[in-house]
Amino acid sequence: MNKTSQESQPSAQKVLDIKAYLDADEKKSLLRLLTAGSVDDGKSTLIGRLLFDSKKLYEDQLSALERDSKRQGNAGAGQIDYALLLDGLKAEREEGITIDVAYRYFSTNQRKFIIADTPGHEQYTRNMITGGSTANLAIILVDARTGVITQTRRHSFLVSLLGIKHIVLAVNKMDLVDFSEDVFSRIKDEYIALTDRLGIEDVTCIPLSALQGDNVVERSERTPWYGGQSLLEFLETVPIHRDRNMDDFRYPVQYVLRPNLDFRGFSGKIASGVVRRGDEVVALPSMKRSRIKSIVTYEGELEEAFCPQCVTLTLEDEIDISRGEMIVRPDNLPNIGRHFETMLVWMDEEPMDRGKQFFLKHNTNTTRATIDAIQYRVDVNTMEHLEGADFRLNEIGCVRITTAKTLFFDAYAKNKATGAFILIDPITNNTSAVGMIMRPLEMEDINQADVPTLDLPRLGIAPDHYGAIDTAVRELARQGLEIKVVKDSKWD
Amino acid sequence: MNNYHLSHLQELEAESIHIIREVAAEFENPVMLYSIGKDSSVMVRLAEKAFAPGRVPFPLMHIDSKWKFREMIEFRDAYAKKYGWNLIVESNMEAFNAGVGPFTHGSKVHTDLMKTKALLDALNKYKFDAAFGGARRDEEKSRAKERIFSFRDQFNQWDPKNQRPELWDIYNSRVHKGESIRVFPLSNWTELDVWQYIRLENIPIVPLYFAKERPCVEIDGNIIMADDDRLPKELVPKIHPRMVRFRTLGCWPLTGAVESTATTIEEIVEEMMTTTKSERTTRVIDFDQEASMEQKKREGYF
Repeated sequence: MNKTSQESQPSAQKVLDIKAYLDADEKKSLLRLLTAGSVDDGKSTLIGRLLFDSKKLYEDQLSALERDSKRQGNAGAGQIDYALLLDGLKAEREEGITIDVAYRYFSTNQRKFIIADTPGHEQYTRNMITGGSTANLAIILVDARTGVITQTRRHSFLVSLLGIKHIVLAVNKMDLVDFSEDVFSRIKDEYIALTDRLGIEDVTCIPLSALQGDNVVERSERTPWYGGQSLLEFLETVPIHRDRNMDDFRYPVQYVLRPNLDFRGFSGKIASGVVRRGDEVVALPSMKRSRIKSIVTYEGELEEAFCPQCVTLTLEDEIDISRGEMIVRPDNLPNIGRHFETMLVWMDEEPMDRGKQFFLKHNTNTTRATIDAIQYRVDVNTMEHLEGADFRLNEIGCVRITTAKTLFFDAYAKNKATGAFILIDPITNNTSAVGMIMRPLEMEDINQADVPTLDLPRLGIAPDHYGAIDTAVRELARQGLEIKVVKDSKWD
Repeated sequence: MNNYHLSHLQELEAESIHIIREVAAEFENPVMLYSIGKDSSVMVRLAEKAFAPGRVPFPLMHIDSKWKFREMIEFRDAYAKKYGWNLIVESNMEAFNAGVGPFTHGSKVHTDLMKTKALLDALNKYKFDAAFGGARRDEEKSRAKERIFSFRDQFNQWDPKNQRPELWDIYNSRVHKGESIRVFPLSNWTELDVWQYIRLENIPIVPLYFAKERPCVEIDGNIIMADDDRLPKELVPKIHPRMVRFRTLGCWPLTGAVESTATTIEEIVEEMMTTTKSERTTRVIDFDQEASMEQKKREGYF
């Protein structure tokens, strides 16, 4: 028997400690953050520093890094190039820039963090939008020597477009401006003026040096004039639990669960708000009312559930609800309609073609959609409105959209989960564009005729066959083709 | 005011369940790839949660390279039976009958034939249009950049430069015939999250994860457990009992053990937090060539 095994046998005390650690770890909250900066702002260095200093770097990753640094590093002699740690893919290693979104994970005693690391290059707006869609917070880097530049404005505009509630402006490379308070104040004032215009309320500016570690984890002695928190302190404490919409209950039905004849449950993720057993609810679009009979989970039934929990709801009454439909409260309805005005970001190499019918996916709903009109494009550098023209890759603007099926939506600014959608090219199946709905449009339903109608009584189809027809129609709806079924001719 | 708060694990769990249900709703013929490892065990539990009180509406599939640890196969069969899983097991029998194995053909040929080809053949055989995998983004650099819904062309290839944008929790599941999506519901979980979840949920895992005295030989600096009599004869005299455990599980000749005394999850976590090696270093296949995992992913291996 190996003699060291006795020595390394953990003592009872140590095991207790790890239990305590795990018990505390279990309760940590999660913060998702986005980092944006231009190529030389030191973004990768900052992330590397956060990972490194929060002691989450494993030694072998580190030794691989030292080896790589010797071969191709950009840091000075004897310094670890933290940026290399993050550049995963071969192609980028050769190009020397991060080309896509990469996700990084670290944790402290307070929180767990997921970093979406995105590039600052102009042609990669697409990636920043992708990385930022789930972020609670954005860190925008600027070089203290150059201050707020065009790319800073663009990144900030994208952050406001995504509805990210908290911004940290990391004024990096303070060591290269002698930790000057004047330089920092000037940049901060200019930036606050910018974010005021964008309507972003929670903005925190921090002077730091990612390379030398000032104000990253510990507050730096070299910025005695700065009274705020270090970056990591801020990330650990910024309150985010009020950022979710807890007021408007929205429950897009994702999956109908029928394990046996006695159980019919509607599975889904609560998009926003809270639901309790006994609540009166209404199903959209049928407008049929019922009450919540039970909130079912693997662990058992719950008295109440809230976003973003995944549950299964059962109702007091037998109501037919399919995937793509929505359960809400009768006194708090979303917009119900087929026309809306929306911000749209073009994500496809192929430019917009307004002759196309796209697939639009919104929550669990997929439908055909057309872009009816372009209201304006936005110059992402100046935020000025430009004349409408078909969008190209990375272009952003306001458009009007009509869908074949009725959608249940809210303004993105009020409710991200029910205000967001993607447009899918019907030929390539690429995600061509993503949208943030601004407002519903009251329009004559001129396109209603687009939806073919099956008038079953008029076609002489017996009610016995309605079930089979419903199933077929539902399958077509799943594929985005809506067919209206008339079962009772007296309606109009 | 009520504090409606989810812990990070509850949030990750909800994210994963939503992903799993989305696949069940949008694909015609999905499958969950089951590797018998700890991440797979968590993924299967999440699938069970997603459809409770109903049954998981898609099959699990294990690609058996025929060189897995015996304890893995015992574990697989015992739990498939106990929980009534719809389990498919597929192997590249042609290569196996031709005698392909890591000792005779090297790790690259073995992995290409017994894992990658076996997987691709099985996916084609059943015409699955979506396949869940238990990979996490914190495992390896190339995975850190991969989408949760990862598009594969008709040759099952991944193109890292041409990934579909993926926003919010809206997943694009549209594919043409022959194309497919690999889905990674555990993308945002870390190794610690997985252990924590196994601990909290009492999820059974293969005993190989816990330290025990096992017959081992050292091959190229890796501690390899002599799991069956296919170990080359010249190595047999070098077998010594060692107190070891495994941080990842795969083919026994290609999976390095670590010296350890950890016999509980708490001890494993403690060891992990003070450890000096990240988990994939115990997997021999990563060292085949530079950026090897990225290469394998492009070719269709997870």
